[in-house]
This record gives sequence, C-alpha cells and structure tokens, in this order.
Amino acid sequence: MTPREREFVAALCAERAGLSLEHRRGYLMDSALAPVARREGYLSISELVRAARDRADERLSWAIVEGLAPPQTGFFRDPEVFAAVVDALPAGRAEPIRIWSAACGSGQEVYSLAMLLAERAAVPAAEIFGSDLSQRLVDKAKTGLYSAFEVQQGLSARRLVHHFEQQGESFAVAPRLRQGLRWRRANLLDDAPGPDRYDVVLGRYLLGAMTRPARTRALARLTAALKPGGCLVVSPNDVIAAYALGLEPICGAPGLFRQSASVAAAA
Amino acid sequence: MKTCLVVDDSRVIRKVARHILEELGYRVAEAGDGAEALAHCRSGMPEAILLDWRMPVMTGPEFLRRLRVEPGGGDPKVIFCSVECELGRIREALEAGADEFMIKPFDAEIVAGKLQAAGAQ
Repeated sequence: MTPREREFVAALCAERAGLSLEHRRGYLMDSALAPVARREGYLSISELVRAARDRADERLSWAIVEGLAPPQTGFFRDPEVFAAVVDALPAGRAEPIRIWSAACGSGQEVYSLAMLLAERAAVPAAEIFGSDLSQRLVDKAKTGLYSAFEVQQGLSARRLVHHFEQQGESFAVAPRLRQGLRWRRANLLDDAPGPDRYDVVLGRYLLGAMTRPARTRALARLTAALKPGGCLVVSPNDVIAAYALGLEPICGAPGLFRQSASVAAAA
Repeated sequence: MKTCLVVDDSRVIRKVARHILEELGYRVAEAGDGAEALAHCRSGMPEAILLDWRMPVMTGPEFLRRLRVEPGGGDPKVIFCSVECELGRIREALEAGADEFMIKPFDAEIVAGKLQAAGAQ
C-alpha cells in the first residue's frame, strides 16, 4: 500500500467505527487486510483499497473496517473477570438476568458466560445479547461452531466435553446453551440507544482500539444501556472516568464497575 | 523450578515441547515411551506430564493408569496430547485420569493455557 492508501484506510476506520490504527500501521495493517483482499477477489491490498476509494463502494469500505477491528478471540479470556461478573449478578430475582456483550467477536465471550451460568445452578436464568461491528463475525458467532484450534484457546477439556457436540472435525455449542442468546450487528457509534437495559454490559478489548472521541461516545452508549445498579465490564487495563459516568469500581475486580447508588436512585 | 516430563515417541514433538516449556519456566525431562517415563517418575515425580496417546511399549492411557497407582502418582498434572480430537477420545482421556487434553499441533499460548487449566502453573 502507498502512504496515501494507508491514510485513506486510517481515515475510513476512524470515521466509520472510531477505530484508531495508531498501533496497527505497516505490516499489522497488511496482515489484517490480506485475508479481506483474498476474500473479495483482489490480487493485492492496494487493489482492494483503491476499489473501495475510487468507486466509493460501501460494502468494500465496511469489509476493510471490519477487517481491522480487533477481534475478540478465545474462551474465558481473563477467567477471573467471568467469575467476578457472575458473582456481581443480582441474586434471588425472578426475572431473567440480561447481559449485553457489545464487542462479541465470533461469540466466545457470550458462550463463556452461558457456560458459566449453566454451571452455577443457583444463578437465575439469563438472556444474553451479543453484538459486533462485523456482520461476518456475528454470523460465525450465531453458528456456535468452532475449530479444534479455537476450542483450545481458553476452554478446558472438561468444559469442551460437557458443553459441546462433535460436528465433523468441528465442535458445536450444545443447543441447550444457545437458548436465550440473541445476536446482531451493531456499531456503537451509529446506533441510537434502544429501550433495552441490561444488568451487565461488557465492552472488553474495544475501547483501547478507539480514538479518544469515539471512546467517549462508546462509553456513554454502554453506560446508558445499564439497568439501575447494573455492571459495566471493560478490559482490566482500560482507564475510564468512572465517577463522571456515574460508575463505581467493584473492589477486587479490575475492569468491573457498578452504576453508583445515586445514579441508580435517580433512574 | 517445576519439572515437566514430556512423553512422546517423536523426537521432533519432544524438542518443540521442550522449547515451549523452558520458555514458560519449566525444567524439562523427556521420555520416548511409557516404560521410560514410569522409570523417570519412580525416581522423582514431575509436577506436570505432557503425554502422547499412541506410543510403542505402552499406550498413553496404559501409562497413566500405571502412574496413578504408584506412590505419589496422583500428584502430577497430566495433559494428554493427540492429533485425534474427537470428543469421545477427550472423554476417554479424562476418564483415564488426565487433567487436560491438548490437540496437536500446539503453540506456546495453548500449552500455557492447558497447564494453567490443569492447575500446574
């Protein structure tokens, strides 16, 4: 790619999804876009970028942006976070717990939560909603189908045997775990906050890849989706202005914040 | 420093595993078959064992059954390694007393994750 083509890609990602490519210049950008170019039938990344730019091709432009969005991979990434999320759930409630995974990638975070909730029989039933910027990843997440390589990333052999079924050379999430799950493509910058409110909202491994203004908008969107007293979960190394957002850190659980009592009462 | 015994009849696999495990801070011992591995364990139980399924002399599951009845043989965390990744095979490994199951080929991240899941890290 020429420097001008790189500039075009960086501007496109910032404009469409608030993605900052500051740390993904050079070969990292190339390695992310090479599969996109192949999939779309172009001989080089430059050809792909020129086609998106010169023809103002919306679909190709989004394919480039989605290709550069950092995908969430691996089951139970930061296992202590999952345990802390389940511990923070409201106990003894008749209505189902509602959880939103706002950057669900190919679904491992959602299925990890579903597994953990199924293992903790005392936890009330849950509805989990997974969304991602990439339609391709959402489609993969919906299938619940993972390769032998993918199930080795964070998933114990016992959980694999207990929660999955063999499907050829792949592994499919058991149908009982897939009940109550919903999936949708969503861009946190574009979508207006809907009426849905959640007990837990996860936006992990997302904010660090965004430009500063986009991070502010995304955080506002995520916190607006919390039910009174609900929990926001970001990456342990994300620095957020929690108190300004009406959130309080949960002790001993890095990256977990609960809506503060005053905000909850006002809601 | 914890010790990990790599039991595999493939010298290449043992070499790859040694490299990864040493990077993870383990002292590494090697055995080319189950009998050699049992002799090693009798002289001192390792904290972890990476165990191939198909081997000459005795199979991985046979080695594991014999290991588990040795004094202190219940202590090592055992991770089966196999190219065959059917759920039935994985279930069989767990029932034979394995703590984890790893599908070949593996990389450093997967080995680290499996050792952690087995409680050996």
